[in-house]
Amino acid sequence: MPQVTVDGLEIEVPDGATVLQACELAGKEIPRFCYHERLSIAGNCRMCLVEVKPGPPKPQASCALPATDGQEIRTDSLMVKTAREGVMEFLLINHPLDCPICDQGGECDLQDQAMYYGRGASRYQENKRAVSEKYMGPLIKTIMTRCIHCTRCVRFSEEIAGVDEIGAVGRGENMEITTYLEQAAKHELSANVVDLCPVGALTSRPYAFEARPWELRKTLSIDVSDAVGANIRLDSRGREVMRALPRVNDDVNEEWLSDKGRWQVDGLQRRRLDQVWIRREGRLHPASWQDAFGMIVSASPQGSIAAVAGDLVDCETMFAAKRLVNALGSDLLEGRQTGLAYDASNLAAVNFNSTLAGIENADAILIIGSHVRWEAALVNARLRKAVKRGAKVFLIGPEWETTFRGEFLGDDAELLHDLPDAIAQAMSQAQRPAIIVGAAGLAKGALAPALVLAEQWQLFRDGWNGFNVLHMAASRMGGLMLGFARPRGMAELVEAQPNVLLSLGADEMDYAPFGGSLKVYIGHHGDRGAHAADIVLPGASFAEKDGTFVNTEGRVQRAEKAVFPPGDAREDWTIVRALADELGISVGFDSFSELRAAMIAAVPGLGEQGLAQYGSLPAGDRNMRASGTITYPVKDFYLTNPIARASTVMQRCSAELLHGEELLEAAE
Amino acid sequence: MADRTPSADTPELRARWNGFVFTPQNKAKADQAIARYPNGRQRSAIMPLLFIAQEQVGEETGTAGWLPLPVIEYVARYLDMPVIRALEVATFYFMYNLQPVGKYHVQVCGTTPCMLRGSDALFDTCHARGMKKGHVSPDGLWTLTEVECMGNCATAPMVQINDDNYEDLTPERLDAIFDALARGERPKAGTQEPGRHTSEPAGGPTTLKEMVSANHDYRSEW
Repeated sequence: MPQVTVDGLEIEVPDGATVLQACELAGKEIPRFCYHERLSIAGNCRMCLVEVKPGPPKPQASCALPATDGQEIRTDSLMVKTAREGVMEFLLINHPLDCPICDQGGECDLQDQAMYYGRGASRYQENKRAVSEKYMGPLIKTIMTRCIHCTRCVRFSEEIAGVDEIGAVGRGENMEITTYLEQAAKHELSANVVDLCPVGALTSRPYAFEARPWELRKTLSIDVSDAVGANIRLDSRGREVMRALPRVNDDVNEEWLSDKGRWQVDGLQRRRLDQVWIRREGRLHPASWQDAFGMIVSASPQGSIAAVAGDLVDCETMFAAKRLVNALGSDLLEGRQTGLAYDASNLAAVNFNSTLAGIENADAILIIGSHVRWEAALVNARLRKAVKRGAKVFLIGPEWETTFRGEFLGDDAELLHDLPDAIAQAMSQAQRPAIIVGAAGLAKGALAPALVLAEQWQLFRDGWNGFNVLHMAASRMGGLMLGFARPRGMAELVEAQPNVLLSLGADEMDYAPFGGSLKVYIGHHGDRGAHAADIVLPGASFAEKDGTFVNTEGRVQRAEKAVFPPGDAREDWTIVRALADELGISVGFDSFSELRAAMIAAVPGLGEQGLAQYGSLPAGDRNMRASGTITYPVKDFYLTNPIARASTVMQRCSAELLHGEELLEAAE
Repeated sequence: MADRTPSADTPELRARWNGFVFTPQNKAKADQAIARYPNGRQRSAIMPLLFIAQEQVGEETGTAGWLPLPVIEYVARYLDMPVIRALEVATFYFMYNLQPVGKYHVQVCGTTPCMLRGSDALFDTCHARGMKKGHVSPDGLWTLTEVECMGNCATAPMVQINDDNYEDLTPERLDAIFDALARGERPKAGTQEPGRHTSEPAGGPTTLKEMVSANHDYRSEW
């Protein structure tokens, strides 16, 4: 633990800390461009210069200098001030003065630091350098003249994303950041380089010239595009969500966000259900709430109603629906729309027990039927970290392009009962072995055999629980906690043939077997569910209501309402509450706070933000066998939910990045 | 400076170079270069491999050699590395030609010592033969490039043509070299000053004269 002095303040810093980190510990702000906590140290912007004694009598780059015992660091001397001014002047030599038309304006590191640390005026009179634009795909807009060559984007794509596609070609003044032959950046985390870019060289293409940061209202929310539950901030103006940005949460998403979570939000404006629709003679007609409720009442739901929860709904909506269904004397609740019927009686067996941050520490990982890159891009980044620390990864399932070294064993689920000896040995000898069962594995009955393996390899040991299930739906863990799981899954609902089928934004399920039921769709997008529904009641999307979400590791998180739902649409729980009145039953709440309190009283785990406790792992049933060829459920990363399917940005990503269509710019 | 942008990615370029593979001799050389590095670190051999590839392109085209994009891609595949990393290296170092060059790549040093010793006249000599900076001459023989210091200031001005340095040049001497090269000969490399061998002081030693014939202890004279 070296002792250093920063501006006369003596502090102790951890071993291996840099001078920059020491200064931050002492509460001093060090300007920087290339240095980033989660990336390797480059030391090429020179903005973090400080004076360090003992050492050469010149300013030193603090980001790349280890803190050692007895150092005397000055961040406030004249030398440091002039050094910063000098570096800033050099950086601004070739940086265009186009802040008024730059999308980074107002949230630009260069702008801010030029104000704090730069000279007042420029002495530069020569011509500035200009660099041609580089195409980087539908999400990243480039104005490369603004680039200051910090190489954060290069390091991000190489180190975090694991897809080497951005590079710096040329040298010196001719250095340019580009992708190979200006191909689009093609991985699921690509838009994070927009956040990383300290200047306006890489900006968001969908957000180009849309808004200024100071016009936006910022709301804390949770990403619903997958089950990771990434912490996001919704920036809205008026009634429109303009963009989603990741928030820092080291336990969940660090500070990254998948491209889908980031840019599906433009789908919130399109294909919205903003009024009540009733199907007559095969066509949907506009109707009033009274008519719709009347139809539901006359369908006699008493004792014959079922509810299916969609992938994007919050716990409060599900709980309200559960109360309604229970009050009508039914218990037909299901959230696993595609017909999965794994045993959910013990939630520890269907949880990501290692935690998302914890999986980084695993040293041997067996992934059963999960296309992690597409099903949980941020977990994939964690797996890459684990492999970089020396973990071995084995995968069962069809091959996909991993961003880490992994060994594919085959796509037959039977393999679980007959693993190659080398794999079994590697897993059983590992210090912190982990199993990850994905949705495709659950579909082939891999849960029970995986639990047997967990017991065999002792995945549950002191301070380590290596048994993980990786879900894909934001509502899944919450739904399971609320009891939206029948022992035999959707099949039970089909057999029951309820008079009324309540669909809470369920767009992935098969409505065909429910021909005899009155299908009531409460949701926000005119997608598959609305196409099949007899009655469409317009609800609110995740951005338009307060809600509780539980991610795949059982982390309870709350999202806040950013904007109001459009038109006649209402927050889902109020629809359920109004319907209860029409049916003449009591659901036990009249306001959102009462609803939340009732929910927490029923499921205490949802009351506290943070990891829910599910107890210990059950023993696996040795008689259950996994069988069949594993196929992944996600066919198109960019179009997995109704919001994304409505989003033009996601449609373009899908067409261009996955299907290779060449799309022309509007002006062409 | 030569054009440092990679050649355009045209169908013709792809048709000509997509089938590029190392010859057996060059493959042996490449594998030897890879073997110098530990297992899993084969990427470190990117520089020798790019150069071997450039030489092979030179042999195939009868020129000084250059690196078409498909060849860079081939080398990247050979080393199992992302092609953008190979392109970064190829665009960084000036010894890799990114555009086609002639049979002789004439690199005239234009840095201060050479300029003071008359490199401007050497450029005129080149221009008189129809060379133009960054272009292949119409007869396909010459490509002229102005380069920065090549470390031969003691024998300035100098010109590097393919693998050989020609030093102590005058326009006449350079013309003679060009004539010889055009005839297919390989003139003597190094200094062109009669009586000079390498970069020793012209006209005999000027310092440490007593050391010429025998060892001499200068310490008492300090």
